[in-house]
Amino acid sequence: MGIPEPASGAAQPAEHGQYLKFQLGEETFAVGILNVKEIIEYGNLTPVPMMPECIRGVINLRGAVVPVIDLACRFGRRGAAITRRTCIVIIEMEHGEAGRQDIGVVVDAVSAVVEIRAGEIEPPPAFGTHLRIDFIRGMGKVDGHFVIILDVAKVLSLEDLALLAQAGAAGTSAVDAAAA
Amino acid sequence: MYMERVLQTFIAESRDLLADTESALLRLEKDPGDHESIAAVFRAVHTIKGSGGLVDFNDVVAFAHVVETLLDHARSGRLAVNAGLVALLLECADHLGRLIERHVDPGGADDALLESNGKRLLVELARHTPGASQTPIVAPDPEPAGPRLAGWHISVRFGADVFRRGLEPASFVRHLATLGEIRQLVTTFEGMPAAADMNPESCHLRLEIDFHGDIGRAGIEEVFDFLCGDCRLAVLPHHAQFEDYGRLLAEAGAGRDALARTLVAGGALGAEELARLLPPPVAAEEPRRAGPPPAADKRAAYVRVEASRLEELIDQVGEMVIATASATLRARRQNDGALNEAMSLLQRMVEQVRDSALNLRMVQIGETFRRFPRVVHDVGRELGKDISLQISGEEAELDKTVVEKVADPLMHLVRNAMDHGIEPAAERTAAGKPAAGTLRLDAYHESGSIVIEVTDDGAGLRRDKILRKAVERGLVEAGRTLGDAEVLELIFQAGFSTADKVSNLSGRGVGLDVVRRNIEALRGTIEVDSRPGQGTTFRIRLPLTLAIIDGFLVAVGNSSFVMPLDMVVECLELPEQTGGLRYLERRGEVLPLIDLREALAVQDGTPSRRRNVVVVHAGSIRAGLVVDRLLGEFQTVIKPLGQVFRYLRGISGSTILGSGEVALILDAPALVQQAVRREARHTNESESL
Repeated sequence: MGIPEPASGAAQPAEHGQYLKFQLGEETFAVGILNVKEIIEYGNLTPVPMMPECIRGVINLRGAVVPVIDLACRFGRRGAAITRRTCIVIIEMEHGEAGRQDIGVVVDAVSAVVEIRAGEIEPPPAFGTHLRIDFIRGMGKVDGHFVIILDVAKVLSLEDLALLAQAGAAGTSAVDAAAA
Repeated sequence: MYMERVLQTFIAESRDLLADTESALLRLEKDPGDHESIAAVFRAVHTIKGSGGLVDFNDVVAFAHVVETLLDHARSGRLAVNAGLVALLLECADHLGRLIERHVDPGGADDALLESNGKRLLVELARHTPGASQTPIVAPDPEPAGPRLAGWHISVRFGADVFRRGLEPASFVRHLATLGEIRQLVTTFEGMPAAADMNPESCHLRLEIDFHGDIGRAGIEEVFDFLCGDCRLAVLPHHAQFEDYGRLLAEAGAGRDALARTLVAGGALGAEELARLLPPPVAAEEPRRAGPPPAADKRAAYVRVEASRLEELIDQVGEMVIATASATLRARRQNDGALNEAMSLLQRMVEQVRDSALNLRMVQIGETFRRFPRVVHDVGRELGKDISLQISGEEAELDKTVVEKVADPLMHLVRNAMDHGIEPAAERTAAGKPAAGTLRLDAYHESGSIVIEVTDDGAGLRRDKILRKAVERGLVEAGRTLGDAEVLELIFQAGFSTADKVSNLSGRGVGLDVVRRNIEALRGTIEVDSRPGQGTTFRIRLPLTLAIIDGFLVAVGNSSFVMPLDMVVECLELPEQTGGLRYLERRGEVLPLIDLREALAVQDGTPSRRRNVVVVHAGSIRAGLVVDRLLGEFQTVIKPLGQVFRYLRGISGSTILGSGEVALILDAPALVQQAVRREARHTNESESL
């Protein structure tokens, strides 16, 4: 996947380690590199009917069908416009009973892999990020700027996504009920 | 490793055998004179005992032995079969099952309960066994076997391949020890090759055993049954014919001295007699074998394969199907006739391989049905209702993965029907129906699906009661008028239960909504039919397999969708003059239309001018799905869409096209149902305005 394994071992505190930094609109976010399976070019997406905007559709990842989430939209921002630099970051996670599942997230651009020491991670502020507080694992300081380190387990909770999908489906049928 | 495999085989086989036993016992209950059934039970218990010894499950062997003794009496007519005996035997079969399961999962069983249950059953068994002098061998006999036991000399030469076949000689000896007393055991070495020529995988073991026990020659031979053909066995009673010992000694060859010592020490022969036999007379070389091979072992025709290996194969075949589709697509673009021909041949063969692979996983629904006679028997007793079960269509086949998952919902429906469906006898007679209720399980294939019906001849569902309850629970607004079908649908809502009192069996609120969810997770549907006073039928419709289907590819705008081919009846062009009409005349019938562009809210692309209709059937309803383009047949490996799309209706999964793109699989029945519901809602709304 072109990203070196983190040099620091598992013995380090959980927060310490390498993070993938990416852009969403004007904001910079980061996710732990251990959750990142690969980064692919945006494209070949199959939309799934009756889904809310946040769920862009599914892609074929070497024979597995992987759902793709628009992260900006998930955060209540305007959906990402597709540019040449738009990527899909494939996040791999354990989802309790559901087992291992890959989820793709659409980001505007992937910028770098950075190392953030535990001491340089601050707790999230009470407000100001315009983000659900439980989505944030911490605020990491990189080159004098703060990046929001995301708690992927919360952001990509299968249960939440399924409910979102259900709401989308219900919305559609309500719309066409009203139209008829 | 070998032992592990033998163990697995034993456990799987025992489960099968116990299931057989159960159905045979239930047949016996109906017809106590059924010799076939009692013989079947005897054979099953006997086999469990035999192979239990092989894997060293002594508790199983001991218990099975007592049961077997009783069965032997019943088989030979010394003991009359009646309902009480059958009930006892059913309990014994359960106990055996639990004993075996305890070996599988030692932590999962309540040992004390198992123990006390076992003791109680042994006492019961002894009470039934005529002339029960046989002390159950479970509790170690405090009194030494004593001289009343007949003495035998057993000479075993294990075949060279014994280890390779995964057999463990010591386990036979241990098993033998549970049946009597081994007074002396001598290992002879005369067959042993020199160390340099020795193959550690070959077995050169020879045993001379002095055994006391009253299981008879047949009993002893039986212990070694499993080695049949792979060992030479000689069983001689003490003080047998002189010549027999002579022959044994002659065959012993170099091991003669060791054999002779055992014989004398065990008291089989006097020293003087032995002296007379040595030098031995030359006897006809006719080795005794351990009985005939086990009679007509039908299981020998099967190979037990780990399910995971089968899954792997099916997955790989699935990938192959995708790859072939992709290659065929590319070949077509080459305009090379020979290449195309070769590809289509390849594709045909891959299809065959796929079918065969899937067939490996097909099992008869009867395996699932088989557990129900017992359930009906037990639950009927518990409820004090006399209910008979009729089963048909056991031979209908479906995928093993589906079979496993349908058992629980079926169990629920059966219990539900017995508890709520069938009325108490008094009510039945008052209504002029036979006092005994009837429950029917039926399965049949219908256009690529399997249909399973659970029918009772009870009072039927009370529409007024359902509606009242639904209003109470806030599932329906008071005063709304609902169609019959809609009222019946309500029983599948979460939190709905009409039982007046909460019983042990059902009515705990986890009800039909769970059943429906389970069925839908299998891409199936469930519907209910009910006639007041005549009964209720639950009809489950399931796909035969969850892995691969033949699909029909259509396009709406820029999106491709796959429809299971067996849902498709025909395709036609949408006549231009339909205008805004939502139905079509087709061979004198009215065909309702569903515009997929609307139903799936597809926004991309513009509808093509010439649109097409794919006629599908969903259960009893036929409908036309309006699509933009027809793209033809396509083999489809079903890829689940995963947890995120769990609540998505109308789409049952996804698949990967030859081009590498993902196409979604349409769930035609769900789409039709959705349309029906939507229409019902609209008409209701306009009526209430």
